[in-house]
Amino acid sequence: MKELLVILFSAILTNNVVLSRFMGICPFLGVSNKTKSAVGMGIAVTVVIAISTIVTYPISTLILAPNGLSFLNTIVFILVIASFVQLLEMVLKKFMPPLYSALGIYLPLITTNCAVLGITLINIEDFSGMGEFGHAIVNAVGTGLGFLIAMVIFSGVRTRLNCVKIPKCFQGLPITLVAAAIVAISFMGFSGVIDGIFASASESIPFFLK
Amino acid sequence: MNEIIFPVIIVSVLALFFGILLVFASKKLAVEADETVTNVRNALPGANCGGCGYASCDSYAEAIVKDGAPVNACGVGGKTAADAIAAIMGVEAGEQKEVRAYVCCHGCAEKPEDLLDYRGIKSCRAVADFYGGRENCTYGCTGYGDCVAACPFGAISIKNSVAVVDNSICAGCLACLNACPKGIISTVPAAKAYIVACRNHEQGKYTRVSCTHGCIGCKKCEKACEAGAITVDGFLAKIDHSKCTLCGACAEGCPVHCIYFVE
Repeated sequence: MKELLVILFSAILTNNVVLSRFMGICPFLGVSNKTKSAVGMGIAVTVVIAISTIVTYPISTLILAPNGLSFLNTIVFILVIASFVQLLEMVLKKFMPPLYSALGIYLPLITTNCAVLGITLINIEDFSGMGEFGHAIVNAVGTGLGFLIAMVIFSGVRTRLNCVKIPKCFQGLPITLVAAAIVAISFMGFSGVIDGIFASASESIPFFLK
Repeated sequence: MNEIIFPVIIVSVLALFFGILLVFASKKLAVEADETVTNVRNALPGANCGGCGYASCDSYAEAIVKDGAPVNACGVGGKTAADAIAAIMGVEAGEQKEVRAYVCCHGCAEKPEDLLDYRGIKSCRAVADFYGGRENCTYGCTGYGDCVAACPFGAISIKNSVAVVDNSICAGCLACLNACPKGIISTVPAAKAYIVACRNHEQGKYTRVSCTHGCIGCKKCEKACEAGAITVDGFLAKIDHSKCTLCGACAEGCPVHCIYFVE
């Protein structure tokens, strides 16, 4: 249980997918101008990452790896992710039209969101066998939540950016990138915090989370 | 052979599985498209010019149906489109304001030499950003034709280094208004109108130095206008088209001949 908590919190804080691993920058910059759509995007990505991992992990460990076909991981994962994004798009269009129109082009772009593909591939590398399936799912959900938190924090920063006078040469994307860099630096402060919180469990922390 | 066929089979089977899944999902989760939106969209011209204030004809059609946007905002479709949409929506079409673009600068035949020997990018915006332009009059048309490029209908051409809108082609989408860095393109009623073809806000004596046809703000037209449609503000006459009675008194009295009658 402790191990799962460690994985969850390190995925959210220390190994934050956007601010530490620098994956999924496109929606991070694209949809973060309004908190509402940022939350929507964060939840959508969380759902897609979780579902993709639930589907891709067994496919990889049960079908591909035993047959020595691990080199198919990437292409099969892309297939799975594309299908589930399509599915999610239909579900949102049917049940949440406002969110659907707020996300706009960024919804189908989750297909090519490197955070989703990246985490599914990292899960295969970091965990092995169906015994660690739970770990992989927790890691996926944590990553999604980390993405959500990064989006919400950054949308707040961007709201503040709208209220201040910015030199013309910095307006728009330049100041957004500078702000993103500063937020990323602030997340570096979390490094080591997991060790501190779960001090007694430090032996059981997998090496890649330290 | 097996190491080639097996991966192919695996990926194909997975693809087939997800394909079937998506087909079922799309059947189950299908959203019926609003027929009214499609009908309204078909009544619009489909130029996607953005003159109505919406990104495309599609989004304008959706705004009409869902948010109750006015049905007569389409300058390109004009009265025909407004009537057709009004019939679909079951509302009054209202007064259709047919407008078109007009370049409020006719250039100057005897203009003095340019201030700058400009050799930069051949674009109005570029030259306007460069100390306000190469010509003596910083309010006038630069003649590099940003509006020509912006016009989706090809109605604007450059004649004697001044942009001219062809009234017979102009659909009134007003895309050129945003393209002009000087803001000298204005909207005028598509029917007959009197127009002050100058945007120079300088005092009269400075205007005269740079252009023989520039408005000097002498207020002769303001006094001549019985309908009170003309006001001179900042040394520049402005005609209120809603009050104008097309009597022509202003154009007769103008000492610099910068008021034109267009139809």
